[in-house]
Amino acid sequence: MRNLKEKQKREMIRDWVLLGIILIIAIILLSIFPDRKEPVINTLWDYFVEMMLILPAVMVILGLFAVWVSKEIVIKHLGKASGIKGIFLAIILGALPTGPLYIAFPMASILLKKGARISNIVIFLSSWACIKMPQEMVELQFLGLRFMLLRLFLTIIFIIIMAIFIEKVIEWSENEEE
Amino acid sequence: MNFTAVVINIIAVAGFLIAFAKDKNKTIRSLKIAGKSFIKLLPMVFVIIITIALLLGFVPSEQISKFVGEQSGITGILLVGGLGAILHIPALLAFPLASSLLEEGASVSAVAAFITTLTMIGAVTLPLEIKELGKKIAILRNGISLIIAIIIALIIGVVL
Repeated sequence: MRNLKEKQKREMIRDWVLLGIILIIAIILLSIFPDRKEPVINTLWDYFVEMMLILPAVMVILGLFAVWVSKEIVIKHLGKASGIKGIFLAIILGALPTGPLYIAFPMASILLKKGARISNIVIFLSSWACIKMPQEMVELQFLGLRFMLLRLFLTIIFIIIMAIFIEKVIEWSENEEE
Repeated sequence: MNFTAVVINIIAVAGFLIAFAKDKNKTIRSLKIAGKSFIKLLPMVFVIIITIALLLGFVPSEQISKFVGEQSGITGILLVGGLGAILHIPALLAFPLASSLLEEGASVSAVAAFITTLTMIGAVTLPLEIKELGKKIAILRNGISLIIAIIIALIIGVVL
């Protein structure tokens, strides 16, 4: 737990340093090319407004799920699920807005030890990484409905195929070792 | 304010009210988490916005579309896809960046590849993934994800 806190602190410092660097670059560029100041500031403002309209709401939704859907609930449901239901559950539980990916790895590790299917664990992790609900909302906002739905649909299909493939490979390589 | 933003805010407010009616303490805890995550995300929000503004203000569209536009084909997809795999940007912030690239003439497939590799593949989190799940699963998952991202990008390019 302490490690996690330290890691977050380091990331925070890194982000602020990065912001400082990019600010300096921006100021230098704009003082060399003052005619660009207006379009740059306009873009800055447009994107800022668009993000502030949705980010606080997305964070509230994230916070609510983080408290209400505990790790234990996810592990309990995913540990025993199998077949189509298991696949479905792994996608849904992964997509719930419950925090960054590095929380999901330890959960996946527990699931693995508990004997959950490898395919479900891979689906769960991949779904957590790339079809998270808040992400889809922001994608909808910035890239439109058609793009978001098509990418979502394709991602789900390919994640399932990949998961089953990985499970087969792992099973096969374990049989070879025996 | 556009439709999506309105819907997201309505969901957030409704969720908050339902939660508050059910359990006051838990709701306050969620709000604290929400506030903390928001503050944590804030510097990166500004980094991304400034990057976008500089990109749109200084890099001519022809340059961007030459590297990642329609005519760049598979090279463009591989280029941004690879970039997405290495970069460690919060996914929430990848979408405004992607939309600015689109505005500047990047192809839809390149943008799709960027988002998919960025979210699915984590070069930065790979050591942790190996530690928790073993080398085999971690490397297979990240490696195959890269191939998947390219296939998804190509299909999106054809359909949209």
